[in-house]
Amino acid sequence: MELNVAGKTINLTDDGYLADLSQWDKDVALAIAKEEEVALTDAHFKVIEWVQNQFKKGEALSVRGIKGSGVIDIKEFYALFPGGPLKKATRIAGIPKPKSCI
Amino acid sequence: MGKTVVKKMLFILSKAHIDSAYAAMVMANGARMEGIEAEIFFTFFGLDAITKKKLKNLKVATVGNPAMPMPTMLGGLPGMESFATMMMKKEMEKLDMPPIDEFLEILSASGCKLWACKLAVDMFKLEEKDLADELDGILTIGDFYERADIEGTQIIFI
Repeated sequence: MELNVAGKTINLTDDGYLADLSQWDKDVALAIAKEEEVALTDAHFKVIEWVQNQFKKGEALSVRGIKGSGVIDIKEFYALFPGGPLKKATRIAGIPKPKSCI
Repeated sequence: MGKTVVKKMLFILSKAHIDSAYAAMVMANGARMEGIEAEIFFTFFGLDAITKKKLKNLKVATVGNPAMPMPTMLGGLPGMESFATMMMKKEMEKLDMPPIDEFLEILSASGCKLWACKLAVDMFKLEEKDLADELDGILTIGDFYERADIEGTQIIFI
Protein backbone atom coordinates (compact mmCIF):
# COMPACT_ATOMS: atom_id res chain seq x y z
CA MET A 1 0.00 0.00 0.00
CA GLU A 2 1.03 3.59 -0.59
CA LEU A 3 -0.03 7.02 0.54
CA ASN A 4 0.58 10.23 -1.37
CA VAL A 5 1.32 13.27 0.74
CA ALA A 6 2.40 16.63 -0.70
CA GLY A 7 3.84 14.99 -3.82
CA LYS A 8 5.74 12.31 -1.88
CA THR A 9 4.95 8.61 -1.96
CA ILE A 10 4.86 7.02 1.49
CA ASN A 11 5.12 3.23 1.76
CA LEU A 12 2.57 1.53 3.99
CA THR A 13 2.31 -1.99 5.35
CA ASP A 14 -0.72 -4.18 4.54
CA ASP A 15 -2.53 -2.93 7.60
CA GLY A 16 -1.92 0.70 6.72
CA TYR A 17 1.01 1.52 9.01
CA LEU A 18 4.13 3.33 7.83
CA ALA A 19 6.74 0.87 6.56
CA ASP A 20 9.56 3.24 7.45
CA LEU A 21 9.48 5.87 10.21
CA SER A 22 12.07 7.98 8.34
CA GLN A 23 9.34 8.86 5.81
CA TRP A 24 7.24 10.38 8.60
CA ASP A 25 6.68 14.11 8.94
CA LYS A 26 3.92 16.38 10.18
CA ASP A 27 2.10 16.32 6.84
CA VAL A 28 2.06 12.52 6.85
CA ALA A 29 0.67 12.60 10.40
CA LEU A 30 -2.07 15.03 9.33
CA ALA A 31 -2.99 12.89 6.29
CA ILE A 32 -3.28 9.67 8.32
CA ALA A 33 -5.10 11.48 11.14
CA LYS A 34 -7.66 12.69 8.60
CA GLU A 35 -8.30 9.06 7.58
CA GLU A 36 -8.68 8.15 11.25
CA GLU A 37 -10.99 11.14 11.77
CA VAL A 38 -8.74 12.66 14.40
CA ALA A 39 -8.15 16.44 14.36
CA LEU A 40 -4.57 16.80 15.57
CA THR A 41 -3.73 19.37 18.27
CA ASP A 42 -0.57 20.11 20.25
CA ALA A 43 -1.75 17.56 22.83
CA HIS A 44 -1.86 14.89 20.12
CA PHE A 45 1.64 15.75 18.95
CA LYS A 46 3.00 15.42 22.49
CA VAL A 47 1.64 11.87 22.59
CA ILE A 48 2.95 11.14 19.10
CA GLU A 49 6.42 12.31 20.09
CA TRP A 50 6.29 10.14 23.22
CA VAL A 51 5.25 6.95 21.38
CA GLN A 52 7.91 7.56 18.72
CA ASN A 53 10.57 7.90 21.42
CA GLN A 54 9.36 4.70 23.11
CA PHE A 55 9.58 2.91 19.78
CA LYS A 56 13.09 4.21 19.14
CA LYS A 57 14.12 3.01 22.60
CA GLY A 58 12.70 -0.42 21.75
CA GLU A 59 10.06 -0.24 24.50
CA ALA A 60 6.82 -2.18 23.92
CA LEU A 61 3.76 0.06 23.92
CA SER A 62 0.71 -0.68 26.03
CA VAL A 63 -2.13 1.19 27.66
CA ARG A 64 -0.41 0.52 30.99
CA GLY A 65 2.69 2.25 29.61
CA ILE A 66 0.61 5.31 28.74
CA LYS A 67 -0.35 5.60 32.41
CA GLY A 68 3.28 5.94 33.40
CA SER A 69 4.23 8.20 30.47
CA GLY A 70 3.91 11.47 32.37
CA VAL A 71 2.61 12.99 29.12
CA ILE A 72 -1.01 11.93 29.32
CA ASP A 73 -3.31 9.76 31.43
CA ILE A 74 -5.43 6.90 30.10
CA LYS A 75 -8.69 8.85 30.14
CA GLU A 76 -7.20 11.69 28.08
CA PHE A 77 -5.60 9.16 25.75
CA TYR A 78 -9.00 7.60 24.95
CA ALA A 79 -10.48 11.08 24.53
CA LEU A 80 -7.76 12.23 22.13
CA PHE A 81 -7.83 9.12 19.95
CA PRO A 82 -11.37 7.74 20.24
CA GLY A 83 -12.11 4.22 19.00
CA GLY A 84 -8.80 2.40 19.47
CA PRO A 85 -6.29 4.88 20.91
CA LEU A 86 -3.08 2.86 20.77
CA LYS A 87 -3.70 1.65 17.23
CA LYS A 88 -4.57 5.12 16.00
CA ALA A 89 -1.79 6.93 17.86
CA THR A 90 0.88 4.55 16.57
CA ARG A 91 -0.45 4.69 13.02
CA ILE A 92 -0.45 8.50 13.04
CA ALA A 93 3.02 8.47 14.64
CA GLY A 94 4.35 6.32 11.81
CA ILE A 95 5.46 3.39 13.96
CA PRO A 96 4.40 -0.28 13.69
CA LYS A 97 1.10 -1.55 15.04
CA PRO A 98 1.65 -2.59 18.69
CA LYS A 99 1.37 -6.32 19.40
CA SER A 100 0.42 -5.95 23.07
CA CYS A 101 -2.88 -7.33 24.41
CA ILE A 102 -2.65 -5.05 27.42
CA MET B 1 -11.48 0.71 13.46
CA GLY B 2 -11.45 -2.78 11.95
CA LYS B 3 -14.30 -4.61 10.26
CA THR B 4 -15.54 -6.41 13.37
CA VAL B 5 -19.29 -6.54 13.86
CA VAL B 6 -18.77 -6.70 17.64
CA LYS B 7 -19.66 -3.35 19.14
CA LYS B 8 -20.06 -4.12 22.83
CA MET B 9 -18.69 -6.88 25.09
CA LEU B 10 -20.44 -7.66 28.37
CA PHE B 11 -18.57 -10.00 30.72
CA ILE B 12 -19.97 -11.81 33.73
CA LEU B 13 -17.19 -12.86 36.11
CA SER B 14 -18.45 -15.50 38.54
CA LYS B 15 -15.17 -16.95 39.84
CA ALA B 16 -12.44 -15.71 42.16
CA HIS B 17 -9.57 -17.60 40.53
CA ILE B 18 -6.95 -15.08 39.55
CA ASP B 19 -6.74 -16.56 36.05
CA SER B 20 -10.50 -16.12 35.58
CA ALA B 21 -10.32 -12.52 36.76
CA TYR B 22 -7.46 -11.79 34.37
CA ALA B 23 -9.34 -13.45 31.51
CA ALA B 24 -12.26 -11.06 31.99
CA MET B 25 -10.03 -8.03 32.47
CA VAL B 26 -7.70 -8.70 29.54
CA MET B 27 -10.66 -9.28 27.21
CA ALA B 28 -12.47 -6.17 28.45
CA ASN B 29 -9.34 -4.05 28.10
CA GLY B 30 -8.63 -5.55 24.68
CA ALA B 31 -12.13 -4.60 23.58
CA ARG B 32 -11.66 -0.99 24.68
CA MET B 33 -8.33 -0.85 22.83
CA GLU B 34 -10.19 -1.84 19.65
CA GLY B 35 -12.84 0.81 20.13
CA ILE B 36 -15.39 -1.76 21.36
CA GLU B 37 -17.46 -0.93 24.45
CA ALA B 38 -16.85 -3.18 27.47
CA GLU B 39 -18.47 -3.79 30.84
CA ILE B 40 -17.89 -6.39 33.57
CA PHE B 41 -20.54 -7.70 36.00
CA PHE B 42 -18.97 -9.25 39.10
CA THR B 43 -21.14 -11.93 40.65
CA PHE B 44 -20.80 -14.65 43.31
CA PHE B 45 -17.12 -15.38 43.98
CA GLY B 46 -16.16 -13.10 41.11
CA LEU B 47 -17.10 -10.30 43.49
CA ASP B 48 -13.78 -10.92 45.27
CA ALA B 49 -12.02 -9.29 42.30
CA ILE B 50 -13.67 -5.99 43.16
CA THR B 51 -13.85 -6.34 46.97
CA LYS B 52 -11.23 -4.05 48.55
CA LYS B 53 -10.11 -6.56 51.20
CA LYS B 54 -9.80 -9.46 48.78
CA LEU B 55 -8.82 -8.20 45.35
CA LYS B 56 -5.08 -8.21 46.06
CA ASN B 57 -5.22 -11.80 47.31
CA LEU B 58 -6.82 -13.68 44.42
CA LYS B 59 -5.23 -17.08 43.89
CA VAL B 60 -4.66 -19.69 41.26
CA ALA B 61 -6.37 -23.02 42.06
CA THR B 62 -3.87 -25.79 42.82
CA VAL B 63 -6.60 -28.36 43.48
CA GLY B 64 -9.20 -29.31 40.90
CA ASN B 65 -7.13 -27.70 38.18
CA PRO B 66 -6.02 -30.35 35.67
CA ALA B 67 -3.58 -27.90 34.06
CA MET B 68 -1.57 -27.50 37.29
CA PRO B 69 1.82 -29.14 36.84
CA MET B 70 1.68 -30.90 40.22
CA PRO B 71 -0.20 -33.88 41.70
CA THR B 72 -3.54 -32.91 43.26
CA MET B 73 -2.41 -34.28 46.67
CA LEU B 74 0.51 -31.84 46.72
CA GLY B 75 -1.76 -29.02 45.61
CA GLY B 76 -3.72 -29.43 48.82
CA LEU B 77 -0.73 -28.86 51.09
CA PRO B 78 -0.72 -25.65 53.16
CA GLY B 79 0.89 -22.71 51.38
CA MET B 80 0.82 -24.38 47.98
CA GLU B 81 -1.81 -22.04 46.58
CA SER B 82 0.12 -18.96 47.66
CA PHE B 83 3.34 -20.37 46.24
CA ALA B 84 1.78 -21.20 42.85
CA THR B 85 0.12 -17.78 42.78
CA MET B 86 3.40 -16.03 43.54
CA MET B 87 5.10 -17.89 40.68
CA MET B 88 2.28 -16.99 38.31
CA LYS B 89 2.31 -13.32 39.32
CA LYS B 90 6.04 -13.19 38.67
CA GLU B 91 5.55 -14.52 35.15
CA MET B 92 2.69 -12.11 34.50
CA GLU B 93 4.72 -9.12 35.66
CA LYS B 94 7.27 -10.04 33.00
CA LEU B 95 4.50 -9.69 30.42
CA ASP B 96 3.66 -6.25 31.84
CA MET B 97 0.38 -7.56 33.23
CA PRO B 98 -0.82 -5.13 35.92
CA PRO B 99 -1.88 -6.35 39.39
CA ILE B 100 -5.67 -6.57 39.89
CA ASP B 101 -6.01 -3.19 41.66
CA GLU B 102 -4.10 -1.37 38.94
CA PHE B 103 -6.03 -3.25 36.27
CA LEU B 104 -9.34 -2.00 37.73
CA GLU B 105 -7.95 1.52 37.60
CA ILE B 106 -6.85 1.09 33.96
CA LEU B 107 -10.21 -0.40 32.95
CA SER B 108 -12.17 2.36 34.61
CA ALA B 109 -10.01 5.07 33.02
CA SER B 110 -10.46 3.31 29.67
CA GLY B 111 -14.23 3.67 29.92
CA CYS B 112 -14.99 0.07 30.88
CA LYS B 113 -17.97 -0.03 33.25
CA LEU B 114 -17.64 -2.18 36.38
CA TRP B 115 -20.78 -3.47 38.08
CA ALA B 116 -21.38 -5.56 41.20
CA CYS B 117 -24.24 -8.08 41.28
CA LYS B 118 -26.89 -7.08 43.80
CA LEU B 119 -27.77 -10.63 44.78
CA ALA B 120 -24.12 -11.52 45.46
CA VAL B 121 -23.50 -8.26 47.35
CA ASP B 122 -26.49 -9.07 49.60
CA MET B 123 -25.44 -12.69 49.99
CA PHE B 124 -21.91 -11.80 51.12
CA LYS B 125 -23.33 -8.96 53.27
CA LEU B 126 -21.22 -6.33 51.55
CA GLU B 127 -21.82 -2.62 51.14
CA GLU B 128 -20.69 -0.25 48.42
CA LYS B 129 -17.90 1.02 50.70
CA ASP B 130 -16.41 -2.51 50.76
CA LEU B 131 -16.03 -2.43 47.00
CA ALA B 132 -13.32 -0.82 44.86
CA ASP B 133 -13.67 2.92 44.21
CA GLU B 134 -13.76 2.24 40.45
CA LEU B 135 -17.13 0.48 40.79
CA ASP B 136 -19.87 2.10 38.69
CA GLY B 137 -22.73 0.67 40.72
CA ILE B 138 -24.68 -2.34 41.96
CA LEU B 139 -27.07 -3.92 39.47
CA THR B 140 -29.52 -6.79 39.25
CA ILE B 141 -28.94 -9.24 36.41
CA GLY B 142 -31.97 -7.69 34.71
CA ASP B 143 -30.34 -4.26 34.86
CA PHE B 144 -27.21 -5.79 33.36
CA TYR B 145 -29.13 -7.29 30.43
CA GLU B 146 -30.49 -3.78 29.82
CA ARG B 147 -26.87 -2.77 29.14
CA ALA B 148 -26.98 -4.94 25.99
CA ASP B 149 -28.65 -2.07 24.17
CA ILE B 150 -26.98 -2.04 20.75
CA GLU B 151 -26.64 -4.39 17.78
CA GLY B 152 -23.43 -6.38 18.00
CA THR B 153 -23.47 -6.88 21.80
CA GLN B 154 -21.99 -10.13 23.14
CA ILE B 155 -22.38 -11.51 26.67
CA ILE B 156 -19.63 -13.80 27.96
CA PHE B 157 -19.84 -15.83 31.20
CA ILE B 158 -16.57 -16.61 32.94
